[in-house]
Amino acid sequence: MQNDIARRVRAHPKFAELVAKQSRLSWTLTIIQLVIYFGFTILIAVSPGFFKESYSGGTTTMGIPVGIAVIVAAFILSAIYVWKANSEFDELNSQIIDEVTK
Amino acid sequence: MSKLKQLMNTSFAIPLLLISQLSMAAGGDLGQTERQATNWHAIIMFVVFVGITLFITKWAASRTKSAADFYAAGGGITGFQNGLAIAGDYMSAASFLGISALVFAKGYDGLLFSIGFLVGWPIILFMMAERLRNLGKYTFADVTAFRFTQGPIRSMAAINTLVVVLFYLIAQMVGAGQLIKLLFGLDYVYALVIVGVLMILYVLFGGMLATTWVQIIKAVMLLAGATFMALAVLSNFNFSFDAMFTKAVEVYGQVHHTDGHSIMAPSPIKDQLFLGFNVPGWVDSVSFGMALMFGTAGLPHILMRFFTVGNAKEARKSVLYATGFIGYFYILTFVIGFGAIIYVTQNPQYLDAVKMLATGKLALRGGNNMAAIHLADAVGGDLFLGFISAVAFATILAVVSGLTLSGASAVSHDIYANVIAKGRTTDEQEIRVSKMATLALGVAAVLLGIIFEKQNVAFMVGLAFAVAASSNFPVLIMSMFWKNMTTRGAVIGGLVGLVSSVILIVLTKSMWVDTFHMGKEAIVPFKNPAMFSMILSFVCCWFFSVTDNSSSAKEEREKFEEQYIRSMTGIGAEKAAKH
Repeated sequence: MQNDIARRVRAHPKFAELVAKQSRLSWTLTIIQLVIYFGFTILIAVSPGFFKESYSGGTTTMGIPVGIAVIVAAFILSAIYVWKANSEFDELNSQIIDEVTK
Repeated sequence: MSKLKQLMNTSFAIPLLLISQLSMAAGGDLGQTERQATNWHAIIMFVVFVGITLFITKWAASRTKSAADFYAAGGGITGFQNGLAIAGDYMSAASFLGISALVFAKGYDGLLFSIGFLVGWPIILFMMAERLRNLGKYTFADVTAFRFTQGPIRSMAAINTLVVVLFYLIAQMVGAGQLIKLLFGLDYVYALVIVGVLMILYVLFGGMLATTWVQIIKAVMLLAGATFMALAVLSNFNFSFDAMFTKAVEVYGQVHHTDGHSIMAPSPIKDQLFLGFNVPGWVDSVSFGMALMFGTAGLPHILMRFFTVGNAKEARKSVLYATGFIGYFYILTFVIGFGAIIYVTQNPQYLDAVKMLATGKLALRGGNNMAAIHLADAVGGDLFLGFISAVAFATILAVVSGLTLSGASAVSHDIYANVIAKGRTTDEQEIRVSKMATLALGVAAVLLGIIFEKQNVAFMVGLAFAVAASSNFPVLIMSMFWKNMTTRGAVIGGLVGLVSSVILIVLTKSMWVDTFHMGKEAIVPFKNPAMFSMILSFVCCWFFSVTDNSSSAKEEREKFEEQYIRSMTGIGAEKAAKH
């Protein structure tokens, strides 16, 4: 019974669509997150001077907005994923489930 | 005499500022603290907190009947609640005190820790959260063992869980004892017993539901308290960050007799010599970053929280909320650290004059980890100091409860129910084993906390993160995404990750030189060697899977499709219990 449903899900064209869309988004965002964080980490080691430069002439250095941006970016990437997954992917998913369990 | 003085210098200054950086941030070596006068505001507020949480535990106990209730709060927690609870589970007292103390001592470098501790969350969201929810039931081993031979995989996962939980727990308990001794003027042993008894009560009677609510309340208290402190600091500068930084740079320069601008950028990173090779500095930074990022994604007590929500949608939401709360909190600790530079360093009331005279360096009363606590007094007076002290205590309770529940589940659900009883057991039986394990873990935590009182436990949090990143994370990711993984590959990969991460950590400076005194130079020059053990684990998972031609391996590969469909669609996933 369970296997039968699995087979029907597998054969469903919308399942292929869901898999393609979900993995494209999750891998893209993962890679962006890894590039941002490890790029930031490596930049600190190889180009420390950049972080000491003044940001708009005051005491605040470039390091401050860049560091805060890494934190904010993590949240924004997460928000993009949740927004897409909880609307589009879940909608596709419930269509698949409805159609195979009919 | 001079030798004694030297010893004192090393035991205070170095552990607090350099070696225990990681533990300060996540776990808890607070150094040896002196006992303070009894702080009544703090005690009254803490008693109120305990009263509320015990009341919640009583309510939770009346609703905790099945195993699903006990381990996963019946799956009835909402995404928002779980987001707060995850934040409450993750933001330890030492992360509040430790990161703000690091900012206080070194400025920008503290922010690097915050960032490292945050960036694991998006990875959990994109790769793991919904799959965990769809495949698992009570522990992350449900997910790794989904299509493999239960015995070996679950035993390995349970060992890893207990290693991570115990080391993390010891670090928290020792930190807790020191902190409570300092804040409340309570004896170290009493402090540990109070923490142990309360934690056992929450978990034993209230299970995951009570633990969740303790974490939620604590997260709200901590966020509110930290927000107040940060706003109080910024309001003195008309909410101009630049004005605050300018003042901090000026004060820091005067106090430390250096160029205060050093706190506005990362400290320089040096190349390392490893096995005769010159390793560029960024390798160390990346390895350390990997321990923080992927370690977060392999912490059993964190992974367990995804089984408390009803479906994949709520699981995703909970990570988003958690990322928001944790990120916001880390920005606050940054402001708090700078605030402490400005308002704490120049007030003799907060300084340890004797130690400063002896070392010639800035020293705070109760140790430099107390920066945020003194700032609470500076900006909010006695009453607010009491509130923040109570928050710190509540924070410890919330974190140790989550850890204990996770360790107990590994014993009862993985080892007892699935390895020993091979699934032939009842809910009552499993919960009984879980409760015995909770009691045993609670007693062990108190005893180990007493044994390790005078030890530098800094390395334990590093170890917990390294094991989580090198063993739990690779096995979990490979089992979810890679069809050709087999039991053999998973078990060997996981064990190699566990053993190699422990060995490598033992050879780093914080253990080899500072804890075991085996020599002046560390064999492994890195802060955290997780990169090497993690890659090794992935390679072993791969190699011992592709070379596995057994018939069971063939079956396991065939089962991948069913697992994949369930992980994507949630068909067949555990449903939330009806109440």
